Amino acid sequence: MQVDEALLKRLSVYPFLVATWVDDAGYPISVATTFQTDGEAPTLLLNAPGLPIPTDREVSVIASHIRPQPGVGYDERRYLCVWGRASAPQDGVVTFSGEHAWGWDEAEVPFFEYSERSVPQSRRYLEQLSAERGRPIKPRLALPWLILRTTRLPFLTATFVPVLLGLAIAARHGPFDWLVAVLTIVGASFAHLAINVTNDIFDTLSGADEANVNPTQFSGGSRVLHYGLLSVRELSTWAAILYAGAIAVGLVLLAIRPSLELLLIGVAGVVIGLAYTAPPLKLVYRGLGEIAVAVGFGPVMLLGAYVAQTGRLAWEPLVASLPVAILIALILYVNEIPDRRGDAAAGKRTLVVRLSQIAVERLYLVAALVAFALVVAGVAVGIMPWPTLLALLALPLVFQVYRGIDQHYNSPYTLMAVMGTNVKLHLYTGLLLFAGYLVTLVIAAIR
Amino acid sequence: MGWLPTPVEELLNVALVGELTVVRPDGRAITHPLIPLYDGERILMHSSTLFSRKLEHIKANPKVAVSLSDDVAMKGNLDRATIQGTARVIEDDPHAQWERLILDLWRRKEPAIDQFLKARVALPLFFERAVIEITPQRCLYWPGGNTAREPQVSSAPARAAA
Repeated sequence: MQVDEALLKRLSVYPFLVATWVDDAGYPISVATTFQTDGEAPTLLLNAPGLPIPTDREVSVIASHIRPQPGVGYDERRYLCVWGRASAPQDGVVTFSGEHAWGWDEAEVPFFEYSERSVPQSRRYLEQLSAERGRPIKPRLALPWLILRTTRLPFLTATFVPVLLGLAIAARHGPFDWLVAVLTIVGASFAHLAINVTNDIFDTLSGADEANVNPTQFSGGSRVLHYGLLSVRELSTWAAILYAGAIAVGLVLLAIRPSLELLLIGVAGVVIGLAYTAPPLKLVYRGLGEIAVAVGFGPVMLLGAYVAQTGRLAWEPLVASLPVAILIALILYVNEIPDRRGDAAAGKRTLVVRLSQIAVERLYLVAALVAFALVVAGVAVGIMPWPTLLALLALPLVFQVYRGIDQHYNSPYTLMAVMGTNVKLHLYTGLLLFAGYLVTLVIAAIR
Repeated sequence: MGWLPTPVEELLNVALVGELTVVRPDGRAITHPLIPLYDGERILMHSSTLFSRKLEHIKANPKVAVSLSDDVAMKGNLDRATIQGTARVIEDDPHAQWERLILDLWRRKEPAIDQFLKARVALPLFFERAVIEITPQRCLYWPGGNTAREPQVSSAPARAAA
């Protein structure tokens, strides 16, 4: 940091500073004193303390601030440290000339970003410590937390919504097999978690995780590799176990319901999931991530669940999958907003990276409205039953998210609430569609 | 028990922030605002591995100083002190060792830490920590915080200093 008049003026908001140097015994020694800035000059005028400040060596001055929060702790952390030289006191005043500076203000660099920027230091320190101790010393998390973080378990709602819808539509069209339904949910969940883990491996290897210093609970991946919580080998083992679970369940389903369509859908789902970040396709790096996610968590999941029950394809599950597909793609789309700088640095040319802010916002609104228009159209042409119009109850969330994106576009951490609302938009719309189908089944049963 | 003057111990017991200064290999003094804890004998500070350069510096040169200067961070206590000492980094198990050593003292000053700790999954590296144990060797004390005067200087008894 360059020490100039502007920087030293930033010190003027502090009531005092602490001057520090290394004494003749080799210990640091500090004394607080009051000061003034020196007009236009890049110097500080310190009121000479009773402990003489030396003139023959480097001296630093640091000003720091916190706001105590009784019963909680403190906030508003900031500090600024300047290294330089001090003069002999004249008329009780020591002139300090700054040469280098360093500081942190959490109002400018939020604590979470500051921490993310420091991850390489943590890794370096632990590697060095491991070498000193002759044993690996790694960061850890309790296993349940590690599973939650590594697989990004809460995002399973993206699987539950289309699978439940597919099952509900199948129940409307013929006999229902509960064992197949449970296996479908379990198999789809395994596949989803396996894909999450695989994507993390490729994102970390590509440098996208390291380049992203603004991850949130909704974006930026699990970061378990980046943090050193797991190795690539360990994470690959996790992925293999999850894929094995998905394949095993898929084979059982095929044994129960032999169907070429089901086999093709299953294979398509895994291929799309892998191609999302894995070379050579790396769909998300080419701005095709939204389409891949829409296809995978829309038609593929929903038709897969439907075919597993009925053994055949139909138009209704395909039409019902389209709004779900659009809304899940919009989760990815909004989650890419805080990641856009890191993504761009890693060559990940997502839609958000390619578009301007205004274009990102307009595309969101148009796509979300199209999702709801498809529900109305599906009912209007008689493909979907009228109770599915219940989904329109979630429509106000579209405008909440649209306004939120506009207001918090450049603030990753305040955007988190908006991303949460966007996840709810997909979940609530999907569950309301599901409820619409349940109502339809009840009405049919009563008749 | 410790030898620090009682008013300085009182500062250590209330301070939310103190300035820890360490010495870099090139001789430059680097100051870090940290929360100081006190067990009645030694000053205990701590650092996440995220911000661990200070730990590397201490391991290379254990001579440190802690300055207590800000009355806002010391419940309005105007006294000021600088404590010079030798530091030791306790880092056998950065995941859990610090909890046993300092969590009780930490939560007394910053109760919100328990909430953060419950959300450890969100910020795992922040809670991989080392403890900096400082044995005071020399204390400079300014009653009333008037640093325009010379400080009252006291030193560790020979046994503690050894």
